[in-house]
Amino acid sequence: MIVAVTGIILILFVIGHLLGNLQIFLGPEWINGYAQHLRDLGPLLWIIRGALLVVVILHIYFTIQLVIENRRARPDHYKRKDFVKATLASRSMAISGLIVLAFIIFHLLHFSFRTTDPRFAQLAHDPLGHDDVYSMMVLGFSNPLVSGFYILALFLLALHLSHGASSFFQSLGLNDQKLAPRLASAGRIFAWLLFFGYSSIPAAVLIGWVKLRTHS
Amino acid sequence: MNFKLKIWRQLGRDSKGKLKPYEISGISPATSFLEMLDILNEQLTAHGTEPVAFDSDCREGICGTCSLTINGEAHGPSHPAAACQLYMREFKDGATITIEPFRARSFPIVKDLVINRSALDRIVQAGGFVSARTGSAPEANSTPVPKHKADLAMEAAACIGCGACAAACPNASAMLFTSAKISHLALLPQGQPERRRRVLRMVRQMDAEGFGNCTNTYECEAVCPAEISVSFIAKMNREYAIASLGERLGE
Repeated sequence: MIVAVTGIILILFVIGHLLGNLQIFLGPEWINGYAQHLRDLGPLLWIIRGALLVVVILHIYFTIQLVIENRRARPDHYKRKDFVKATLASRSMAISGLIVLAFIIFHLLHFSFRTTDPRFAQLAHDPLGHDDVYSMMVLGFSNPLVSGFYILALFLLALHLSHGASSFFQSLGLNDQKLAPRLASAGRIFAWLLFFGYSSIPAAVLIGWVKLRTHS
Repeated sequence: MNFKLKIWRQLGRDSKGKLKPYEISGISPATSFLEMLDILNEQLTAHGTEPVAFDSDCREGICGTCSLTINGEAHGPSHPAAACQLYMREFKDGATITIEPFRARSFPIVKDLVINRSALDRIVQAGGFVSARTGSAPEANSTPVPKHKADLAMEAAACIGCGACAAACPNASAMLFTSAKISHLALLPQGQPERRRRVLRMVRQMDAEGFGNCTNTYECEAVCPAEISVSFIAKMNREYAIASLGERLGE
């Protein structure tokens, strides 16, 4: 239950985060202004960050407990095991989750703490005096290895959510025979929309749709 | 038809088992899977070897005694059906068939393919009694039951308690079984007096038996010979959440 509730909070976060980030397509003024707005929240921003951290830790702590209990429940494995209905996504939640965790750590080092790329420190403010988040994103994603890892991690996140999003309703008992299959397809569609939304950013930078702009 | 069989042989609960190869020939396509094992056992006995131990009783899919994992699927490749309702025509001539017991920590192996499923009985026992009016038979329509609820309760009550759900589950979770048992009483007026206590006790017993947790893979539903729906698991989660809240509030 805690896994489901923390999961849905994290889903709400990734929706908001995506909407914020898609502003890169509207130009530097939008995304830099948006970043400045977030920073202007001050203490509220830190409360949200702290809450998200707690939610992530709870989500991981309880799933690890769950995985340990589940492994213990079948000490002698089948010599041959075929699955009829269980999807790959549903059977690989632990591994997709762990890779996404590794990605989140890299992502924070990359764009929040900015310790992986020395060029980010040299970026000047934009003409409006805001941090130049736009150029940072373009520079960051112009490295195909970085973009590749982002897209791979986003793929695994979508896989994780294609099972996780509808699991929330099942675990909390918020469905019935009619609603369950609809929620399952809705969850899958939602997860892959999220994947295309997020990957469009590194993809657009890589193919040169979104370019560095010189300040005039 | 001819088949190569790989059958799990294990002397007792604590001994080490392994898959042993057997060959069987001249089987009619209309032979049931369990009859095929009977034929094999006759041949083994004639050769003076120990026959393969396996459970079966009614052989018509209503008792839930047979418990074979055939080619990695609980009750074999034909769903929805118990292993006793499986016929050799489902397999290709000359195929290799792997036969294992239902595997879960809570289902210890007794011998070969026979497992001890009393963990499921203890979950039902934990549910306790159902208050019922005794005495002369009541008038049939004195307790109204809505049609929709009666249908749902019947669907849940179709569970034959074979344990295939726990056997097929990647986490060896018995939640489909437990949820069916909880739901069919929770849906009916006769089950109301002990409704909350029943779900709390049965879920706690299920955890104490060492079954795993549900991660919503729905593999249980796919192999269930009685076609129990996973929406009963959602119902059990709902019942449990409400009952434990009530318990915490001292109700």
